[in-house]
Amino acid sequence: MYAQTVQSTGRKVKSLEEMSDQERAFQARIDAGEKIEPKDWMPDGYRKTLVRQISQHAHSEVVGQLPEGNWITRAPTLERKAILLAKVQDEAGHGLYLYSAAETLGVSRADLIDDLLAGRAKYSSIFNYPTLNWADMGAVGWLVDGAAIINQVALQRTSYGPYSRAMVRICKEESFHARQGFDIMMKMVAGTAAQKAMAQDALNRLWWPALMMFGPPDKDSVHSAQSMAWKIKVMTNDEGRQKFVDQTIPQIEYLGLDVPDKAARKNPKTGHYSFVDPDWDEFFAVLKGYGPCNADRMLARNKAHDDGAWFREGLLAYAEKQTIAAE
Amino acid sequence: MTKDWPLWEVFIRGQYGLSHRHVGSLHAPDAEMAMLNARDVYTRRNEGMSIWVVPSADISASAPSRKGPMFDPSNDKTYRHPTFFDIPDEVGSM
Repeated sequence: MYAQTVQSTGRKVKSLEEMSDQERAFQARIDAGEKIEPKDWMPDGYRKTLVRQISQHAHSEVVGQLPEGNWITRAPTLERKAILLAKVQDEAGHGLYLYSAAETLGVSRADLIDDLLAGRAKYSSIFNYPTLNWADMGAVGWLVDGAAIINQVALQRTSYGPYSRAMVRICKEESFHARQGFDIMMKMVAGTAAQKAMAQDALNRLWWPALMMFGPPDKDSVHSAQSMAWKIKVMTNDEGRQKFVDQTIPQIEYLGLDVPDKAARKNPKTGHYSFVDPDWDEFFAVLKGYGPCNADRMLARNKAHDDGAWFREGLLAYAEKQTIAAE
Repeated sequence: MTKDWPLWEVFIRGQYGLSHRHVGSLHAPDAEMAMLNARDVYTRRNEGMSIWVVPSADISASAPSRKGPMFDPSNDKTYRHPTFFDIPDEVGSM
């Protein structure tokens, strides 16, 4: 999802017998559905896995502003522009909630941001795909935020208190994102044949990358078991993906568009759709930095950070001057 | 990046009559910027009508390891709750 390949301990999940008394008491709290709070004792692996997951999630929110920020100045109406601006502003806020949650685990935000800017940190593969035209703003809000909601609604039940509370806030705001996207799509399909074709094209291009958002198939997801045992993760990658497909295909049909996956069929017995997996080689290549926009995103993020340096320094100088004046 | 700005805890009063509630935290160089950032981050949808920002470093918190000594003493004093006392029905509401 927004954190697609979070390394956990890399070891097999310990059985209750193998755990120390402290670890066993901790696992019992998790199993009882208790939330873990920052000052509570926690296994080192739990802390490290959480830092990786929450920081990847935060970086995704921040980098996720770029594909849409690209279209703020070119929105077709003032209303659409105001809506898109509000959405992108929300993403910045989501990044902040998540960095705050990560910081409660004893890491510094400056270090996390340094990791992102230096290209050492991961963020969701989806944001390394380009947004080529206005229909992409519809498809991104509808599909990308729609996929994110599935993951984030589940994560409200995550075991770490600050992460869970950040998810509650984010979920409240996220459904505006998905709905404004679907609204754009409804407008596009009700337009001219050329506009409807744009909507179809955006859907075709973003369908597979949206499926990749949930991360690799469970069978290849080496770190999931420990994260699930600790309830850092509460839904498997395949479960999320299935849910997304089941919820999205009827919406595609409502729009009168074609499902990009021609083989997708509803199983009348289970109520679930069958679907073709995305190209996992492409997914891993994008994560490694070889997606269509990885370099652009990092360039834009570094430029924004560097361009803002004088302002941050000015604020700090002013605050220091005020402190000296007060003394 | 330079060192992090000080951390501030943000408290918001949702509406008249309610107390301020902790909603999250943020970094800012001073109280004025903390206030402005809190407004932008935590009240974009009418969530508040009053904001407090407090330097996180100024908050003293009880330690989780002291949970027992701190809170257990109130566990065995059920007589502090009104439901401890059986008042006959004919007395009426009390």
